[in-house]
This record gives sequence, C-alpha cells and structure tokens, in this order.
Amino acid sequence: MTVLRAHYDVVIVGGGPAGLAAAIGARDAGCSGILIVDREKEMGGILNQCIHSGFGLHNFKEELTGPEYADRFIRRVRCEPGIDILSESFILNISPDLRVTLMGSTIGLCEIKTGAIVLAMGARERSRGAIRTPGYRPAGVMTAGLAQRMVNIEGLLPGKRIAILGSGDIGLIMARRLTLEGCEVTGVYEIMPYCNGLTRNVVQCLKDFDIPLHLSTTMAFIHGRDRVEKVTVAPVADDFQPLPGKAWDVDCDTILMSIGLIPENELSRQLRLQMDPITGGPRVSSTLETSLPGVFACGNVLHIHDLVDNVSEEALRAGAFAGELAQGRRRPQDNIELQAGDNVRYCVPHTLSPDREISVYLRCIRPQKDCVLRLGNFLEKPLRLAIPSEMIHLTIKPEILQRFYGTTLRIDIVSREDAE
Amino acid sequence: MLYDVVIIGGGVVGCAIARELSRFRLKIALTEAYCEVGFGTTKTNSGIIHSGHHSPPESLKGKLVVRGNRLYDDLQRDLKFGFKRIGELDIAQNQEDLQILAQLKEKGEKKGVAGLELWDRKRLLREEPNLSSNLLGALHAPAAGVINPYELSFGLAESAEKNGVNFYRENQIFAIDLHDGVFVAKGSRLGIHGRFIINAAGVFADKIAEMVGLTDFQIQPRKGEEYMLDKRLKGVVNHLIFPTPQPKSKGILIIPTFDGTIMVGPTAEDVEDRYDVSTTLAGAHRVFSQVKKYCPSISERDVITEFAGLRAVADTNDFIIGPTRVKGFINVAGIQSPGLTAAPAIAEYVREILWDEGLTAEERSDWQPAIDGPARFALMDGKQRRLWVNGDPQRAKIVCRCELVTEAEVLDAVHHGATTLDGVKFRVRAGMGRCQGGFCTSRVMEILAREQGVPLQRISKRGKGSEVFYPRPEDEEPSHDNKGEAQ
Amino acid sequence: MKSHRELVCICCPMGCQMHLAIEDGAISEVEGNKCKVGPKYARQEFTDPRRMLSTTVACRDGLWPRLPVKTAEAIPKAMMGAIARILHLLSVTAPVEIGAVIVENVGGTGINVIATRSMPKIKELDGTQSCPCERR
Repeated sequence: MTVLRAHYDVVIVGGGPAGLAAAIGARDAGCSGILIVDREKEMGGILNQCIHSGFGLHNFKEELTGPEYADRFIRRVRCEPGIDILSESFILNISPDLRVTLMGSTIGLCEIKTGAIVLAMGARERSRGAIRTPGYRPAGVMTAGLAQRMVNIEGLLPGKRIAILGSGDIGLIMARRLTLEGCEVTGVYEIMPYCNGLTRNVVQCLKDFDIPLHLSTTMAFIHGRDRVEKVTVAPVADDFQPLPGKAWDVDCDTILMSIGLIPENELSRQLRLQMDPITGGPRVSSTLETSLPGVFACGNVLHIHDLVDNVSEEALRAGAFAGELAQGRRRPQDNIELQAGDNVRYCVPHTLSPDREISVYLRCIRPQKDCVLRLGNFLEKPLRLAIPSEMIHLTIKPEILQRFYGTTLRIDIVSREDAE
Repeated sequence: MLYDVVIIGGGVVGCAIARELSRFRLKIALTEAYCEVGFGTTKTNSGIIHSGHHSPPESLKGKLVVRGNRLYDDLQRDLKFGFKRIGELDIAQNQEDLQILAQLKEKGEKKGVAGLELWDRKRLLREEPNLSSNLLGALHAPAAGVINPYELSFGLAESAEKNGVNFYRENQIFAIDLHDGVFVAKGSRLGIHGRFIINAAGVFADKIAEMVGLTDFQIQPRKGEEYMLDKRLKGVVNHLIFPTPQPKSKGILIIPTFDGTIMVGPTAEDVEDRYDVSTTLAGAHRVFSQVKKYCPSISERDVITEFAGLRAVADTNDFIIGPTRVKGFINVAGIQSPGLTAAPAIAEYVREILWDEGLTAEERSDWQPAIDGPARFALMDGKQRRLWVNGDPQRAKIVCRCELVTEAEVLDAVHHGATTLDGVKFRVRAGMGRCQGGFCTSRVMEILAREQGVPLQRISKRGKGSEVFYPRPEDEEPSHDNKGEAQ
Repeated sequence: MKSHRELVCICCPMGCQMHLAIEDGAISEVEGNKCKVGPKYARQEFTDPRRMLSTTVACRDGLWPRLPVKTAEAIPKAMMGAIARILHLLSVTAPVEIGAVIVENVGGTGINVIATRSMPKIKELDGTQSCPCERR
C-alpha cells in the first residue's frame, strides 16, 4: 500500500505534460507537498503513445519524440523532493473546501485535504456518435488515438486495410504509422474543403506514401455486421451533407476516426465549474484559476493545444499560481473581461488583471493573411498568416493594462488596411 | 441427454420461459445463436415496461401486458435489475389527440390499468417544463416504468441456470429433425434432443417453424433506430414521453433510461434483410424532426451513440403463442411491443400450454427465485463506497472512467460468463459513456485476455468474426490447416 | 533537358507552393517561396530527401511489450520501408535506458537507431515492477 499525506499543498489531476509541468511550477513557487495523480501505470500521459518526433522545438530547440519530451519532465519531477507521484488512481470527487476523494489499487479509497488543485486531465477524442455516421456497428471502428495506443504500446494492429475519417494530425500520423507497419491505408477523408493538420504531415504522412487525401468528402455509411467490410464515402455539398449520387464504396476492414479532440471535462462538469462553450473547458482567470476558488486548469483540459511546448508553458504558470495560493499568497482579482472579437474563435484566459504579465492563447476562425492582432487600442501585433489550426500566443505586459480604465477588452484580428 | 423442453432463442422471452420452467422438475435446455442471451432484438429494445393501456384488450398482447406489468416488482426484487416506475405521459399536440387520449383512458380502465389520469396543459408544463408550450395536455399512466432489457435477460438467464437450466450459446439452429416424438435441434456447435420445442426465435421464428414444416405465419422485421443523448440532458424530462399513438407505431418517444441517459426513438421501418440493424440519415432526421416539436431542448448535437434493432412482427400483428399441428412444437412468435412487459406473463402462459399438451412435472421445493445482483460502484454513495472498497485493490481500480466501473465489477461480469467486449459492456456499462470506450477498451481487453488465458488478438466485440485487433505479422498464431507450405 | 517540379514547403505554416525549374538534373530556379528557407529545403528534398523514422521494436520483460525507437538522424526517404522491416524483426529485453543504441548503422546508413524511452523491467512471477518511476 502507498501511504499518502493527509494534507498536500497542491494536488494535480493528471500526470501528462500539463500535470508534470504544473508540478514543477508549483515546486518552483516554493511548495513542498505536491501530489500528481494519474490513471495510467506511469506518467507521461498521451506523450507515451506519440512516438513520432516533432515535440519540443520551442522549449528545447530540439525535435523530440513524445516519450523523449515526457522523459525530460519526468526526470525533473522524480528528482524533486516534495513531489509525490500516484499512478493507476482516480480522483472521484473534490469538495468546495478542497477535500479530495481518490481511489487506486495501492491506496484504496481515501480522502486528503489540499491547498489548491490543478486540473490537467487532458483531452479525449470525439467518437462516431458525435458525427452520427449511419450504418452498422461492426468491430473495426475506433478513434485514431485508440489505434495509436494499441499499435505503439500494446503491439496490436487495428486491421489490415484502413480508411481514415478526418485530416487532423492524429489521423495523418496514423496513416504513416500503419503504412510502415505493413497495413494498407485507402485514404484520408476530410469533410472540410481544407486539411486540418499541418502541411508537414500531409507531405510526410500522405504524399510520401501515396495515400490520397479526399477533401469535402465524408463517410456516409459503414457496412459490415461483425467486422467492417466497406465504407461508403461521398462528396459533400455546401451544407456538409453527403451527395448520394456521387458516393462510392471503399473496401476496408478498419475505420479510424480522427475528428477532433475535446477537453476531458467529466470532473470539471461534476464540480459545476463555469464552462466556456467554445473551448469546452472551464473559464479561467489570468492566474488560470477556475470559478471554484483554489481549482486551476491548464493544458488540453482547458483548451485544445497544438504544441506541447505551449502546454508546458501554460502549465508551469498554472502550477506556480496554484502553489502561491496554497502558501497563502493570493493575487489581486481580475477586473477586466477579455472578449473574443472579429475572427477570433476564443481566447484564454477569460479575464485579465493589470497586476501581472499575462499569457493569452487564442485561435482565429478563418485563415487570414497579412493581418493584425489587436487588443483594444493598447496592443497590436502583425501576423503574416493566421490559420485556425495554429494557436496564437500573445504576451501582455502589466504596463499595458495599467493604462486601461475600462472593464472589457476585445481581441480582434483585422486586415492590415483596417488597422491603419 | 434427452431434454423435456428445448427453448430455441435466448431473448428476454426465451429466458423468462426458461426461468419459469426451472421451477419444476424438468430437464430444460435453451439454445441461443449469439454469444450472449439477449443479443438479438432484446438488447436494442427501448426498455419500457408499459402500463398496458395502449394494446387492444381483445388481443393476446392486451391480455398479457397488464399481467406482465404487475409481475415486475417481484421480478426486480428477485433478479436485482434496475427498474423504476417513472410513469408515462401520452402528450396531445392537437384537439384530435385529446379525443384519442380520452378514449385510451377509457379502454385502459376497462382492462384494469390503474391510475390513468388526464392532465391539462398547465399541469403538464408544470411537471415537465422542458416540453413545448404548444402542447395541449397529456394522459398520465403512473404504472409505466423503465429497465435495461439486457440486465433483465442476464438476470433471468442466471436465475434459470442456477436452477438447473442448461444454456448453449453461439449455437444457431439450422435444422430440426423429428423421430418418434423426439426433436433434434441441430445447431452450429451441437445438436440438442428434446420432447418439446419452444420456438422463441424472435425475428427468425418463422424460419424455425419452417424447419418442422410449419408455414402458417410470416415474420416481417420492422427496424427501429434509437439515439442516445449526452448525460448533460439527464432530467430534461422525468416521465416517458409518448406522442399520441398512431396505428403502425407508438411514434418517437423520449425515454429517460434507468441510468438517466435520455434516449430518443424508435423509428418504424419494414425491412427485408433480417440482419439489417443499420442506422440511417433518414431515420435520424425522422427522430429529431419529430422530437423537437414536443421538446425543443433536444437536438442531434447531443447524440453520443445510435443503434437499431428489429421487431419481430407477425402478419397477424398479434402474439402467436400456442401449440401447432406438430405435436410438441410450441410457437412463441411475433413478440413485438409490448413483448418486454408481457414477457413474465408469456412465460406463465407458455407453461400452462405445455401442461395442456401433456407435459407435467412437480414444482421443485428447492427452487431459488433470487440471485445476487451485481455491485454497482457508480450508484453507491460515499459511505457505501468506502465499505465496499475496503482496501480491495480490484474494487479500488477504475476501468471505465465515464461510467465509473471498477475492475472488480468487470471481473464479476467475466465470472458470470462474459467473454467479449459487449458481454462486459452490457453487464456493467463499461464503454457506454461519453467517450464510448476510448479509455476502457484496452483495459477491458486486458482483463478478458488474462482471465481466459488467451492473447489480446482473440478478444472480440461480440463473438467470433468480430475480433477487435489483429496481431502483428510476426506475432500471428500459427494456423492449423494441413495444406500450404511453410513460410 | 529542362523540366519542372512542384513542391510544398513545410518549414513554416505558410506552406508556400514552390515551382522548381530543373535543368540537367539540378535545380536551376525556385519560385513561389516567401523566404530564404524554402529554396534550401527544396534543394535538400530534390537531391537527397531524408526523413526521421520512428517505430517500435518488440520488448521482453518490460512494462510494455513494445519499445519505441527512432533513427538518431534522418535517413534516406527511399529506405524507410526497408529499415522499418528490419526493426520489426528485432527484439530487446528490458530494462532499457532512454537513448540506448538498439541498432548501429542500421541498413548501412551510418545512422543508429536509439530507444526513445526508458523501459523498466517487470518481475514476471508476481507482476510487480522494479521501476524508478515509483511513488515514495
């Protein structure tokens, strides 16, 4: 049996890249009682199954694979006294006064008290039900992430002839991965008229292997009683509905769904946190604190990131603020509401304060070239290209907000002409 | 072994009959085509225990549904499946509906359905504020309830097995021989000898009857699609919501399932293919365009999963339960709605028919009506959880995050016979939640593989042919055919 | 002999569509790029396209049955399939340290294949793990 303390400064829910960085952030802020709780056998989260390279270019100036990136943080966490790691365990409940009920095979069911909590549970994948693909329910339909886990960690293949729905990066990466494992990938089918993933992945995962990318195409019907036999694909009209007259059948035994990530928000909803319907995650202040005092959020559970480097950056801050709070150092409350304006889908955090330097992450709605990112009348940042799949990072120095006397600031992305 | 009775079909009706007959000193066998009981039509059933006021009193359906409804409290006490009498509201969308509802109330009262009450618009909207304010009123039937039909099937089968019934699964019957008053039901795995045959084969009942030369009824499969909605809609309605019934089907319903998840459907479409359980764009459109009229808060954006099942509709449009000109062959066919509700009453009725046909036996003094129900961590409160977990590492390990299912519960499902992912899923709900198996699939597979002592690649969704993952080429198990050269 | 080729630059999200003019087997002109990095990438892609390869090898006695590995540097693109096939016939035994060389000079490329994670050893008999990443 593992022995936990009765009281921690900070409890971190999730030991993936966000949780690990949050622990380091809390430690650097001076905490000595930090607990990371994770449901897997080991720390590292989703990085353990992302065996391809492309991580850490910003943070480490190297291109690392997922496990290598995770290893940097796991090493640091392991050699820090004051950070306890608990694997194969779940947080069942958090009370408003921050009593945490948790359960695991080495601890049974127990309750601990904590000064602050950081939610870092990451994301889950949208499944077939979310897009309501008609047809049968045979074996062989799964999310790309589940296939990735089974291939890279358990050493099993999802099938022999694979059709992939969605051109998100996970689907593209798996197209390459499965081809290298000897499977045949019939194609990637994407409902939008543009690809969702990085151009680099289109080149290195599809073009390199002659795997066709069908844009403005969806899966209209899944065939097969016990196992997938084929899928009917069809081009879509402007309303994204399939055009049955132009449909064609693709023989396959496996369908991978790569149709998007959403924050793993079971616990957030259970806690009745105020949520942002666009991000799917909780609303947070500039210290990354949610609507429940003492509960912070970072990483994919807050909003879906593209770069793990940004996850680490955000989580270090969340951990630091949580750590400060746990030691009794509360920051002044935010007094400025941040709004998403023209061509801005969302921005995080949702409120600002002139008390500190603030890191804002946002995404645009439509691709826009040669534009300007504007924060009210106070800050302008030129952008060569804004695309929805690439998150924009904006740093706001306290001096800028100290000149603002209002209660609401807007972020807009406008064309260069409009800015002048 | 010569059985007294061989039941063909392990749906809820077959299992109910098995349990009923297990009360007597008889040798009973039940043969089921799928790897689990209830995996045909039963598990796709809406799960409604009807109050009985819909079916015409002169029909066999009408007679058995009221009796069946009354048997559910005892059944639930013994078999421990989830059952709640949440009540039903037949809503009126226009004046004509109101008239039909008044007639229904009268009909129901004549049949002995208790508690039927007409609610005016004000009362309806007070009790169900999320329904459309265009509604005019409703007929309230308090005796209606909801169950998970697969839980009931597993419970009936477990009870029957406990009392001596032999179950043969993954044994699809393809022929029936008859010699000297003994039937041999020949199945894909084995043949079973019996003096009496109960044809409870659902969508295939007419095919089974043909095997003994009977062609006096046809089954028309009628497909129903259902759509499960996200848990956030739990509580959007508290009663079963029915539109005023039409002749061919009961319309698109809003069903708060026992676990609280809202389900909408079913459609009603006659199909030719007896394996057509596909969902369709047209079906989804029909469901949501209808449902939004009386509950605007519901939309297709909240769907987490969808499925379809086939009703076994006989051309007489009523149950066909009775002996035939082939002595010893009893039909229990055409069990469409309200078949689930009527099932326990059908079982009694079939027993009476068997007695009339010359089968007699004493009641067993050692018959055990009850089974231990499965533990459900998700439904326990904090104190119960602490007591139950009590340091047991398997009870303390969560396998399904969305439905909060522990490893101990999954193991329990395995010990009760689950060998497949769906076998576990329908016993303990692992895989039914928001992430639809994204997290728990690999864990449940590990447990199944470990317990059966087989490699992961042998684990299937619901029986042979539905294996979920393939081995790497270098890990493939050597095949056992004699032909072919070595690689 | 003149010919043309299209190439999408992957160095930044702009994804400039570049047009290469090829003369006598070499790039004579690059058009369509918006910065200096593009032509450099184009030349490399044209003369000697290389890729990083990551995959898994079988792993005995470890926490997991597969060990993720990568080529320490990019290998010729044309060799990816063959190198993957070589690696898929290999097996290592835990424990393995991150960065350990699994194969030297794989397929004659002069490039090593290294482990991208540490894999702790699992004791077979009682299933417990002797693993550095344990709780205190």
